[in-house]
Parts: sequence; C-alpha cells; structure tokens
Amino acid sequence: MSTEAGTPSIEKGSSLWRDAWIKLCKNHVALAGLGLLIFLCVVSLLTPWIAPYGYEQQDLLLGATPPSMQHWLGTDVFGRDMLTRIMWGGRVSLTVGFIATAVALAIGVVWGAVAGYIGGRVDMVMMRLVDILYALPFMIFIILLMVVFGRSMLLLFFAIGAVEWLTMARIVRGQVMSLRKQEFVEAAHSLGLPQWTIIRRHIIPNTLGPVIVYTTLTIPSVMLLEAFLSFLGLGIQPPQSSWGLLINYGVETMEEYPWLLIFPGIALSLTLFALNFLGDGLRDALDPRTAKD
Amino acid sequence: MALLEVNNLSVHFDTRDGVVVAVDDVSFSVDAGETLAIVGESGSGKSVTCYSLLDLLPKPPARIHGGTARFDGSDLLNCSAERMRQFRGNDIAMIFQDPMTSLNPNLTVGEQLIEPLIHHPIKTKRQTRASAKLRAVELLGEVGIVDPERRFASYPHEFSGGMRQRVMIAMALINEPRLLICDEPTTALDVTIQAQILGLIKQLQRSRDVAVIFISHDLGVVAGIADKIMVMCNGIAMESGTAEDIFYRTQSDYTRRLLDAIPQGAKKTDCRIQPDARLIQASHISTWFNDYSGHKVRTVKAVDDISLDIQRGEILGLVGESGSGKSTLGRSLLQLVPTQTGTVNFDGTDLASLSSRQLVPWRRRMQMIFQDPYASLNPRMTVYQTLAEPLLFHGIANRSNIDAQVQQLMDDVGLARAFIRKYPHEFSGGQRQRIAIGRAIATKPEFIIADEPVSALDVTIQAQILDLIIDLVERHNLTMLFISHDLSVVRSIADRVMVMYHGTIIEQGATESLWRAPQQDYTKNLLGAIPIADPKSERSRAER
Repeated sequence: MSTEAGTPSIEKGSSLWRDAWIKLCKNHVALAGLGLLIFLCVVSLLTPWIAPYGYEQQDLLLGATPPSMQHWLGTDVFGRDMLTRIMWGGRVSLTVGFIATAVALAIGVVWGAVAGYIGGRVDMVMMRLVDILYALPFMIFIILLMVVFGRSMLLLFFAIGAVEWLTMARIVRGQVMSLRKQEFVEAAHSLGLPQWTIIRRHIIPNTLGPVIVYTTLTIPSVMLLEAFLSFLGLGIQPPQSSWGLLINYGVETMEEYPWLLIFPGIALSLTLFALNFLGDGLRDALDPRTAKD
Repeated sequence: MALLEVNNLSVHFDTRDGVVVAVDDVSFSVDAGETLAIVGESGSGKSVTCYSLLDLLPKPPARIHGGTARFDGSDLLNCSAERMRQFRGNDIAMIFQDPMTSLNPNLTVGEQLIEPLIHHPIKTKRQTRASAKLRAVELLGEVGIVDPERRFASYPHEFSGGMRQRVMIAMALINEPRLLICDEPTTALDVTIQAQILGLIKQLQRSRDVAVIFISHDLGVVAGIADKIMVMCNGIAMESGTAEDIFYRTQSDYTRRLLDAIPQGAKKTDCRIQPDARLIQASHISTWFNDYSGHKVRTVKAVDDISLDIQRGEILGLVGESGSGKSTLGRSLLQLVPTQTGTVNFDGTDLASLSSRQLVPWRRRMQMIFQDPYASLNPRMTVYQTLAEPLLFHGIANRSNIDAQVQQLMDDVGLARAFIRKYPHEFSGGQRQRIAIGRAIATKPEFIIADEPVSALDVTIQAQILDLIIDLVERHNLTMLFISHDLSVVRSIADRVMVMYHGTIIEQGATESLWRAPQQDYTKNLLGAIPIADPKSERSRAER
C-alpha cells in the first residue's frame, strides 16, 4: 500500500507520553513511589556485591536472634542474616512481579483489544478460549508444566503470566467494545487508517486508566502467587528465597521470632505502596483531562 | 406579590483558579399561571440560577454569595434541609433535559410515578398504593400517554424519547406543584415531538394555573410559550421583559445577536450545482441491522432500497426524525457500515465492490463531520496529532512541511495557532467542532457528509459553524450531504432536500419549492412543527 509511508512516525513534539512525563514529574508522591521502586531494583541488582553475608551462610549455633549491630534485621532459625535474605528474596520477587506482569500485560492488552475491536465471530472464539483457560484448574496446569518441562524460573514466569493475562484481556475487551462505537474511532476509520493503526493509536491509549490500575494490583498478586507455588515446592527452592516465602516462614514462627515476619512484610508493603502511588500518578498523568498542575 | 421572587441573586464557585461568578446580581419574578423563559448560551448561568433555588448545586464549590429568593413569601435560600425537601416535594418540581437518563431503567414507570406519593415528606399527605396508582394513571392520561392503565407497568426503555419526556412531566406534576422548572426539556427531542411537548406544557399550565420557568438556549423555541423572557450572558441578566419587548423592542446587542443567530429563511448564497457533473450515484442501497434486544432476532431495515444522485457542487440536505435511518444512509454512502444490496458509484467507481484496502485512496476523497464534537475527537491526542494524522497517512504532507500544513489547516477553520498543543477537553463545543471539521477537510476531499454537525451546539455557535461550513464549501469546491433534524438549519444551507422516513426517501426537491409546496403529509407536519421566532405568529398558530 503506497499510502502507508507516513504512518509510523506521526508521534512528534508534544505527545501523550511526553506530556504525561511532564505531569508525572510534578506529582511528588508518584515520583517518590518511582524513586523507591528504582532504589529497590538497584539494591536487588547489586545484591551479590553489597549483601553483608551469603544468603546460604548459616550459623546454627547463633540461631534466631533479634536485630543487632551485626545483623541489622536479625537472623532466622538457621542463623542466616535476614537483611541478606530479604535482599536476595527481593531479586526473585521483583523479577517475578515485573516480568510475569509484563507478560500478562502484553498478551492481555493485545488479545482483549483485538477481540473487542473486531468483535463478532473472532471475539466469540477468542473469548471462549479465555473462558476455557479460566476453567482449567490453575494448580493442575502448573504441575503439568513442571512435569513436562522440569522446574525453572522461566517456566514460573510463563505459568504465572499465562494465568494473569486472562482478567486483563477481559477488562481491555470491555473497554474497547465501548470505545469502538465512539465517533472518533469511526472518524479514524473513515480516514482509511488500517485496523491495527486504529487499535494502536486510538483504542489502546484510551484504555490505559483501568489497565494501569489493574497492573498495580497484579504485581503484588503475582508476588504472592510465586510464594504460594514455592511453598508447594513448585517454585523457588531453598536455600534460595523470595519475599513471599520469607513471609510464609515468618508466619509460622510469628510468636517466637516476630522480626522474621515483620521485615519481609515491610519490604513487600513498601513495594506495594510505591506501586500504588506510581500507578495513581501514571493514571492521572496519562489522562489529559485531569488538571495540569 | 409574585409566587417566586428572586432579588439580586449571586452565586459564586470557588475553584482552584479563584472565584468564578456564575450568577451575578440577577433578579426576576414569576407569578402563578405565568411562564418565564431564561435564555442564554451554555455557561451563561441560567441553569445555575434555577438549581441554586432548589439547593441542587454541589456546595462547595458553589456558594450563594448574596441575594434573596422568596417562594410564596418564605425564604428559599436560608431554609433548613427538611423545609427544602418539602419545597421540592410539594411546591416546586423540575423537568430535566435528557429524558433517557432521568428515569431509573430498573423500575417501571408507574413505580417511579407513585414513589413521591407513598413516600411523601409530610406523613399526613401519604397515600395508599391503590389511590396513588389511580392518581398516576389519571396523570399519565393527562400528559397524553395512550392506554395509561397498561403503560403504568411498562419500563422506561419501552417508551420513545418524547413519551419519556411526557412521563417526566407527569412525574413533576404528581404532587401538584405550584412552580415547574423546565431545564431545556425539548433540546434532545425531534422537532415534531418538541412542538407536542411545548404544547403540552402550555396546556397543563393553563389547566392547573402553575408558574413555569423555562430554561433554553434557543430564543426561537420559547417565542410561543413565554410570557416574560430574561436573557442571560456570563451570569448577568442582559435584558428582561415581556416576550414582545424582547422580540420586537430589543434593547441589548447581545439579545439581538441571539435573535440574528436563529436560522431563518432561504439560503443566501448562490447555488453552485454543476448540472452535468454527477459525483455520486447510489442505486438500491439497503442496510439492515439485526436487533437482538427482543425475544427474537429482528431485522431492522435502517436503509431500505434507496437510490439517489448527488451533483458536484451541491449541498444536499437530508432531513428526518431520529430513527429514520438518515445517519445510516450517510454511513452507507461512505462504506462505513456494510450494505446488504446496491451500488454506490463515486465518480465512476462502484465503492460497494471494493475491499477496505482498495477503498483507502477513495477515503481521501470523501470525509465525514460527526454530530458530537465531544465524542468525535480522541481525548488523548492533541490538535496537532489529530490534524496531522490524515495528512501524513495519505501522504499529503511529509515530515518537513507537516507543521506548516497543520497551521494552515487551523487558519482555515478559524482556530488560533497557539492552540496547537492542546487536548480536546480544553476547548469549547464550537472550537471542537472546528477541529473535527479541520480533520475532515485535511485530505482535501471532494465530498463531505456532515451528520448533524451543529445540533449539539448553542444557537450563536451554530451560526458561526454554519458560516464556516458554507465558506469552506465555496473555497474548496466541496460537495456535501448535510444531515439534520433541524429543518430551519437545512433550509438555510441546502440547495436540494430529501425527506427520509422509516428507511425510505419519501419526498425530495429543490429546497424552496419543497418548503412552499410539500407533497406528503409527513413533510407538512415536519414543516409545521418548526418553532417560529416570533411570539405573535406562534401564539396565533397555537390557537388554531
């Protein structure tokens, strides 16, 4: 098609994303959230070099001790340094949280947008597939995967992503179905724009609000899902750990050694707070209708 | 003493950007059996004035800054919440603009009607279900609902827009109010339904001796119904007086502008039809939809075997009531909806036989302007992006000259260049419609379908946009199909008119000859229902 030439580079100058960034920079709470997330990610990245102890380094004689000068966040029953374990656990939790959510986001948004936009029989088939996947018992699905492919981190991402995108697809589809009937989409159609351009430029940006809110909800639920799978022996194996696992063990010994629950709990909650503030900020920033200041 | 007396009312809104004076020192009065029309553009404070009387404004940000309002001697602005509920339930009733959203879709109409009777704020006035139903049925009959017994148990979606507005009126009247406030009650309705509703309000007012405050943006609509008129602009009462004063002895320039903006009379510019050059020839097009709402799937023949020709340079008006299929016909011509049968011959090529990919070069030559400027612009794209998209997509501009082309386009449609980086929500309705028109003419099309382009706009803005459209048609040598339910607008712009009814064209002809001698009864009714901006002739017509 000869007319296709101009389309890829229409974004220029003041675009939604640049305006959103300027607006986000003025939202101090969201910026703080973003800063905290970046801080956590950097710490996780550098953990092998900056962690005070090794994550598997035990001191059975020491056992569980409350926070002290040697062990800022105390030690667990095997005498392992909690700060180190939380730092290593953060690596796993953050990776799972972000990558599995990104997988879910990518599949879900595209799937939902295409199904909702094209509609009719295509929508029928695509959404029935979602229903079927919904109906599959999640555990059996994952155990099957583990049996067939063996245990690996990558598979964990895939398994969690494969479950979480379903809801995302439904949310996006609903949004798109109402957007599709709007006159500005019809106007784009009457300009002759190809369907994929319409979906990309006119439909998806207008679904961002709910998508962002749902994403900030998905990341923590993914982290907890990982803990659940690891707890059943389907995910991370000891001596490796993750925040979810640490919390799980912490709950068991809550009465004797509360710091084993409190500190991983704080780490997870801080991440969730940061995500929520950033999510709210992003949602406002990406909606030109909210006030500019 | 008048029934309602408002003196020096001022309402302020405390916003982030400082205090906005919505109503500034406004005084008026209404007596029993009298109709006061408050007329002004959107944002003039006419609704805020009335809402503040019933304490319906959100406070904050709204704040009554000063003034008094007395209803039958008792204070409205400083009464207790309990007393206000009694005013609202008993004495003052309100009818809103949109009959589609002011009824609860999950309750039967009857249930909603008797609600205020069986839950009356004053215990002694509460009625039993049976007597309330009797009263409601009687009232439904009075507002012109056929077979009120049976309709009592119907749900709102089973009524048409006009019928719903009648139900709303019945609901407003159920507690025998002494003052009825109507906030643009006919704006969302077709012209024939509008005439019926206006007649109904007038008749009920006579038989019940209630006072009416009628809010409207259109002086033409209130000419026949108002005894007194107050014209508002920017929160200030520009002029008030009897209907005759306002129409025949106009004092303020603003009122004169409003009157001038009412489309009246024949087209003033020359006819530019090129008789031998046919641009579009559609034959036997049918567009059907499946309606899944009932128990069985029903086929709706929105466009039923229509053939039409459009000559180059022509502005063809297409009129009809809502649901007549006129929008679908427009979309069928542009191949925006799949057609069942027929051919659309555009400058020698049958569009209906092309695939959507093959249609792309043709799309450049035909464009559409949509009705609702609030829905037809992508809220997340700046003016620049909206206007640049068609230019770049169709290869009319390239990266190096796109800025200049977009600016040129903005000049063309009368938008200041400074607005280029703004988003749609930062504009007024009229400005948005200018953006939408800019997008439509960006590809330098030969044919444009304008689907009710001015019906969502105030009268003054409507006049400006119509001027812009006429100007663009002449400058760019456009051919246009102008779809509207407003016959006065069509008359002022179209060379030829087609009347559509239930999916078919029932009458067509040159605009002025059709106006002079309509053949079909339906057309005669349509033409007869147009409100005339002249109190005397409206009244004499009402008496006939």
